[in-house]
Amino acid sequence: MSDTAVAPSKEKTSFRGNGGVRGWFGRQPTWVRAIVTVVALVLAILLPYAGDVPLIGPQIVTQGIDWPSSLFNMSYYVLLALGLNVVVGYAGLLDLGYVGFFAIGAYGTALLTSRDSLLYAHSGWSWLAAAPVALAITMAAGLILGWPTLRLRGDYLAIVTLGFAEIIRIVATSTPNFLRGDRGFTNIPHPPGQGSDGKPIFGVTDATPYFWLGLGVIVVVILGVRNLDRSRVGRSWLAIREDEEAAEIMGVRTTRFKLWAFAIGAFIGGLGGVLFAGEQGFINSQTFVLQFSILVLAGVVMGGSGNMAGAILGGALISYIPDRLRGISDPFFHTDLYEYRFAIFGVVIIVIMVLRPQGLIPSRRRAMELKDREKEVAPQ
Amino acid sequence: MSEPHIETPEELDRSDARPVDQAAPTGGPDLTTPTVGDPDLLLEVDHVTLRFGGVVALNDVSFSLRKGEIFGLIGPNGAGKTTCFNAMTGVYQPTEGAIRFQGESIVGKKKHEITRGGIARTFQNVRLFPEMTALENVMVGADAHHKTSVLSALFRLPRFWQEEKSGRARSMELLRFVGIAHRAGDVSRNLSYGEQRRLEIARALATNPTLLCLDEPAAGFNPAEKVDLLALIRRIRDTGVTVLLIEHDMRLVMGVTDRIVVLEFGKKIAEGTPAEVRDNPAVIAAYLGVPTDAA
Repeated sequence: MSDTAVAPSKEKTSFRGNGGVRGWFGRQPTWVRAIVTVVALVLAILLPYAGDVPLIGPQIVTQGIDWPSSLFNMSYYVLLALGLNVVVGYAGLLDLGYVGFFAIGAYGTALLTSRDSLLYAHSGWSWLAAAPVALAITMAAGLILGWPTLRLRGDYLAIVTLGFAEIIRIVATSTPNFLRGDRGFTNIPHPPGQGSDGKPIFGVTDATPYFWLGLGVIVVVILGVRNLDRSRVGRSWLAIREDEEAAEIMGVRTTRFKLWAFAIGAFIGGLGGVLFAGEQGFINSQTFVLQFSILVLAGVVMGGSGNMAGAILGGALISYIPDRLRGISDPFFHTDLYEYRFAIFGVVIIVIMVLRPQGLIPSRRRAMELKDREKEVAPQ
Repeated sequence: MSEPHIETPEELDRSDARPVDQAAPTGGPDLTTPTVGDPDLLLEVDHVTLRFGGVVALNDVSFSLRKGEIFGLIGPNGAGKTTCFNAMTGVYQPTEGAIRFQGESIVGKKKHEITRGGIARTFQNVRLFPEMTALENVMVGADAHHKTSVLSALFRLPRFWQEEKSGRARSMELLRFVGIAHRAGDVSRNLSYGEQRRLEIARALATNPTLLCLDEPAAGFNPAEKVDLLALIRRIRDTGVTVLLIEHDMRLVMGVTDRIVVLEFGKKIAEGTPAEVRDNPAVIAAYLGVPTDAA
């Protein structure tokens, strides 16, 4: 409801969200926002030590997998969710094959760096040198997928993107010398850097530095996507999502901005793949199964499509929930609950979707829409 | 025989609307059809035919618009008025004929190119971006002439700040112009129907058009709202924008337009000033359903 009493100031401030936590956050002076952001960031950096917190800590940390590794898993899932949120949440292009870009980022890194690669004689690059090239390849792949599918929307686009991810996986499986199928690539180098004791910062025993690296990348991605969202680019994406033809008639270059959405989404997905390859040191075609794409999409929708905070939370949860189940045996058959992860996960998603169909942290717009629908169903 | 337009009701008396039988609003404007070579010629629809399979939606329709006028496109339901709009804004491509805007053919151009070239439109069924705020909706229109690229948005380069600031100021100004500035921050789906119609006009104006096409802007309005709309359309014209109006409400059309073209079954059946068109037997027949031979 508009409040005429505050109309003059409202003209300036009401560009974005009004209610909820984010509404509160948006109304705070800059210094409050800065403090809240810094505190959140410090807490995120300290996450690897969460197990040391009395009482709550042991409940949070994972058991069957070491906690820093689980945190690193979360970081690349969050990256994927952020990237997919640009494509699905902002531009409204349903992409079911998003894992394809993750795979291209990882394979690009592996091809340029691993000793198993056919290209090794020519390349044998460091991880850091390979990363930008792999990302450029991923972005190009985004354009290659985006260009022929520009005319497609909804279900049809979903089918084509689904095929895209499968093609990449099948090519990987069926080219034993190039992408090496199940054997995969070994000895992918880790990110560079040495500690003061002369040991490499990014080793094989402790995943904590990888988590911090992932966290740093996430922060940069958040800032970048936020800048795009609050600009002509973000408005164009939303306009395309809402009514593509009307958007074009209002002068939006729909082709260009849809391609940008694909390319930026691909870039962020590729970042996840590059990080993943650098941490694992090994990838093969089994890594990039279709469930992965579906899982990330579920995370975005569960968290709140079209909203970055939601995508982050959703991405973290789809990684955390299965990891947390590891090492816990069920009381009846004494098997690892991890074996039931998809069943449990399905129940969690159903419960969330029943109780909170707009997602855990909905985009303001989405929440509004659902509220409106309720009104339509039961007027006053 | 009763006249096809509606009798002057009391709301016309208390409004600023011009009574139907009075002369055109501006002091002695040129009311003739502009022809090729006329410097006032803005848009030329030249023998346009549009077929969908066997259906002829537009049949050899020709008319032309003069700069600065308010031009009415009327006709019964299904006459091809909206089809004509769609052909002019690039949604459909004419099967035959040409459409020239400021002397340049717009057939085959992309929709966003036509918009940037100076033709803006609204829709018969409101087509806003429902989950964006009113201000954001208008800013999408203002963005049509912006050049902020992904890189300048990403790195917040000077062009971004400059265009964002001017675009927002202009959008607020347009919201004030159409009278809904107080709803700037509200999601457009929450606006009332009348406000949504006005928002659509503001969004179209934000693209900085030379020609504004309004597709039944008064549909669903009550008489008082129609009077306000008439005033708004006149104010738009006074800013130098040529207005092309599709409308069902004969009183509204007669009250505001300088010239009118009447379509029926995809064909042009009459053209002229409101007074001329009103007395045209073919128009009366089309609106009252009288067989042409009996009229």
